[in-house]
Amino acid sequence: MKAGYACQSPEHTLARRQFLGSVAGGFVVGGLGALTNPAVAAALERKQMRVLVMFMSGGLSQLESWDPKPKTDTGGPFRSIPTAVPGMHISELLPQTAVHMDKLSLIRSIDTKNGDHGKGRYQMTFGRNQMPGVAYPHLGAVCAKGLERADNPLPGHIKIGGGSRGTDSAYLGPKYASIGINGKPPANSSRASNLTEDIDILRNKFRQKANERFAQLRRTAETDVYTQSFEQARQLMERRDVFDVEKEPGSEKERYGDSQLGKHCLMARRLLENGIPFVQVSHSNYDTHNENFNFHLEQLGEFDRAFSALVGDLHERGMLETTLVVVMSEFGRTPKINARYGRDHWGKAWSVCVGGAKIQPGAIIGATNANGTEVSERSVEHGDLFHTYLSAVGMESNGSFDIGGRDMPIADPSRGPISELIS
Amino acid sequence: MPATMSLDAKLTHVLHEWKHGKPMVACRFDPLGRFLFSSSEDYTLQRWNVDSGEKTAWEAHDSWVRDFAFSPDGQVCISAGCDDRMIFWNTADEKPAPVRTVVAHKGWVRALDVQQGTGLIASGGNDNLVKLWSADGEPVQELAGHANNVYSVFFHPTEDVLLSGDLAGVVNQWEVSTGKLVRSLEAKDLHSYNKGQQVNYGGVRDISLSPDGKVLACTGLHKATNPLGAVNEPLVLLFDWAKGEKIRSQPADGVKGIGWRTKFLADGSEVCGTGGSGGGYLVFFTPGEEKPFHKLKLKDTVRDMALHPKGLLVATTHYDGHIRLCQLTAKKA
Repeated sequence: MKAGYACQSPEHTLARRQFLGSVAGGFVVGGLGALTNPAVAAALERKQMRVLVMFMSGGLSQLESWDPKPKTDTGGPFRSIPTAVPGMHISELLPQTAVHMDKLSLIRSIDTKNGDHGKGRYQMTFGRNQMPGVAYPHLGAVCAKGLERADNPLPGHIKIGGGSRGTDSAYLGPKYASIGINGKPPANSSRASNLTEDIDILRNKFRQKANERFAQLRRTAETDVYTQSFEQARQLMERRDVFDVEKEPGSEKERYGDSQLGKHCLMARRLLENGIPFVQVSHSNYDTHNENFNFHLEQLGEFDRAFSALVGDLHERGMLETTLVVVMSEFGRTPKINARYGRDHWGKAWSVCVGGAKIQPGAIIGATNANGTEVSERSVEHGDLFHTYLSAVGMESNGSFDIGGRDMPIADPSRGPISELIS
Repeated sequence: MPATMSLDAKLTHVLHEWKHGKPMVACRFDPLGRFLFSSSEDYTLQRWNVDSGEKTAWEAHDSWVRDFAFSPDGQVCISAGCDDRMIFWNTADEKPAPVRTVVAHKGWVRALDVQQGTGLIASGGNDNLVKLWSADGEPVQELAGHANNVYSVFFHPTEDVLLSGDLAGVVNQWEVSTGKLVRSLEAKDLHSYNKGQQVNYGGVRDISLSPDGKVLACTGLHKATNPLGAVNEPLVLLFDWAKGEKIRSQPADGVKGIGWRTKFLADGSEVCGTGGSGGGYLVFFTPGEEKPFHKLKLKDTVRDMALHPKGLLVATTHYDGHIRLCQLTAKKA
């Protein structure tokens, strides 16, 4: 496919130079400049906002986490405990997180009407229902673009806990697609041992010259993608240390715990601290059709320590006011306990935990009925949550991206943010 | 039950179904065989008169009860569970009322046993500890040595020995009088870590000893190809007690689920209560054979099993809200 860039217009020439010279500028539509509301873009540029998503793969049980119903027919064996917020109780599986609930809030009234893993994951991370032939950008891609800063060469959309390069940025382009890492600096990101730094610099300069010359006459969308990916990789190599949790002092490693999730959360803090706008940490696995209680005991024990350390750390470093924290899953789990002490898929009445950035701390939005089978107050769905996340980091969620002169709604225009949760 | 009836596992049949109406959890007979105690997901305890089936139900714990144990004379019942507590009861009181409540562990109390003769109580919990208590609930000793949740405890009936089994398939042998860890048996076949799902699964769900004291049985599951989806099979591991060496694995021959509990019968054979995705079974083995010699499918999945002190009656708790009593003899003519 031939890109329409051969017009040699000053805009595109400038964009290309920006990209090749400093990676910071977007080459199609640049970062914050992509937002159609310049005032919003300017405000975001002043204050680096970031998003951290903790994705509880498989479907975290709301009854064993944010919306316990002890001593009901669906309550299960775990009790609820008080938190730092008077009147707010969560599961006893989260004692360390309970201490930080004055910095976080709960949305207990989610009805996504879905019990399928793939569709649920899409709903929660793309903010819309999945439809054949229609591609929307992932929350991470939206944030990477909307919160992009010209002075930060690092990639903007990182998923910790698996995967490689994602194809989840749709019309925003590959620059904003996710890069998956596994708790270590990305593979092959160190300079080859037989190259000196000087030789490497010369090599890259030569490559850039050749690239520019080639692009003058034969630039296509495909060559732009290659160039962009290569350049992102090169700059990522320069900042490789950002991904190395071994650089952290022992006290920090101890605080987050020795689990894989602990290391991933510590890495997430390093990435957010270094200005990466969107980081997602995945934790597996909560798809507990069998022995739900034993498995939640194991998984949430690991989560509680790592997550509470991360929230406390962000708070102490003064980063929480600029970092949205979201704990989400593809859905919740059935209130009814099955014959194998399991809980199955349940999208009808479940919860997420949010905090930081412009989220009102210590709030509880919505409610479920006495045994958690239905939403009883303030029903919300994934589209509302998507708007809320973006609003919490100062993006105008009802706005649009300007993609080649075409307005593309950032979030589902038929939904809106949970405004009472935004300060 | 006529006294002349003799054990014949192959003729095991359901004698009674007692309905509670809510999913059941644990069950145990008192040592005198008068009562069956059970617990359920509705947070109540039940006491069933074995002869009449009459039920007394009451609420006391803040969570599910996972195990019961009794003083050697049968006069005191101890219940324990997911509220970290042990509650002491007079077994036969018309209206049961707590005699004493003890916060026993930080986290669930998963298992209890009482030492014959001394009445010493052992508990195992989610704090990875085994604890010893006097008969009236005073702390005696903490036994630290497990790196995982303790799933089962078992006093040897004649030796100065307590055994405790954990999630990882470690069975620790303790000298009761000193609290010293004597040895560990490897029941690791009962545990697996699923890398894809990133979960630990299995555990030593029960420990029991053959009547001649020569064979130790550890019960649980194996072949956990999909732990979160309940794809696993029951397994009994037999150990030579004297040597501490595994002598045999006894898979349940195609049955899917978890082996909850194994009891040795008077003739030296074993009965294992299993439940899971394949439904509920009583599976019968002889220690000398790998394969079961008999299986009885029950109406609903099994969650626990208890053997009456006379050895001819087995009780099982079920998800469908029933207790089922199976007689291990021919049907009464």
